Amino acid sequence: MKQADFVSLVMPFKDKVFRLAKRLLVSREEAEDATQEILLKLWNNKEKIEDYKNVEAFSMTMTKNFCLDRLKSKQAQNLKIVHSNYTDNNSSLQKQVEAKDSLDWVSRIMEDLPEQQKIIVQLRDIEQYDFAEIAKMLDMNETAVRVNLSRARKTIREKLTNTHRYGIK
Amino acid sequence: MVLNNIEKLIEKYNNAETTLAEETQLRDYFTSNDVAPHLEHYKPMFTYFSQAQQEQYTKDVPLKPKRTKMYQWISVAAVTVLMLGFIIPQVLGPSQEELRQKELAMETYNKTMEALSLVSIGMNEGKEQLNSLALVSENLNQGIEEASRLNEFSKATNRIFKNK
Repeated sequence: MKQADFVSLVMPFKDKVFRLAKRLLVSREEAEDATQEILLKLWNNKEKIEDYKNVEAFSMTMTKNFCLDRLKSKQAQNLKIVHSNYTDNNSSLQKQVEAKDSLDWVSRIMEDLPEQQKIIVQLRDIEQYDFAEIAKMLDMNETAVRVNLSRARKTIREKLTNTHRYGIK
Repeated sequence: MVLNNIEKLIEKYNNAETTLAEETQLRDYFTSNDVAPHLEHYKPMFTYFSQAQQEQYTKDVPLKPKRTKMYQWISVAAVTVLMLGFIIPQVLGPSQEELRQKELAMETYNKTMEALSLVSIGMNEGKEQLNSLALVSENLNQGIEEASRLNEFSKATNRIFKNK
């Protein structure tokens, strides 16, 4: 497998890997490093890559495991990942700021979810994988995925409703 | 009618029973501008989801780790070859080489001895010839003595002539 083949194989899902990594690791730099690590791992094992039926699902599983390991090691060192994704997009439009703010709320709410639910919401609502694929990636059964997803969605909705009505009621 | 449908979908959505197509429908509805007021708190959620989908990984990945690994091994191989080059002649080489050199030295010694003896034979022959030369020189001396006698004789004759 040549470099060009590899790139064309990896191209469709490298953003998905990155987004999942960012969802779990929060910091953009950390997520970039993780993505690079995953892609290099794939590249180094490129001889074996043809044996995998679904490289994308395989890489997503790899990403999940890698990021969870990473978080574990960070916690063991008693270090918090520092992130500085605070965009200072000084848009003058009040509405845009408001929209941005409520979007930030969603991402903050998602940060508070347990890791498993975070991953599932990321895979389902953002990347739009179907349940069978998610179940395979996470090595769970479909019902468990559904239950977790339902819980996550309800938590997000509740928290969002609370913030939305904050100050009104 | 549409609203009713959306509300049903939302219910299903929260129970994680919607299909991907239905979720796309929901996303389309909530990212549009006319969302019913009592459902508006769902709006940021779906907007966020569709926005989060746009994020891209832009960093370049250096895909050349294999080559450097090979170079490392080449250097290791080169070093081993060099070391073997030094060690093997020291461990195995000397005995053979020395033996050969000794043999060679003996051979040359013998040859030189032969040559020298040949020279000495020649020398002896030359010596004998020198002996005959010595005989010649003896004769020559005798001749010279006789010549001196003749000298004396001439001296005597000179005296006789002076006396006259």
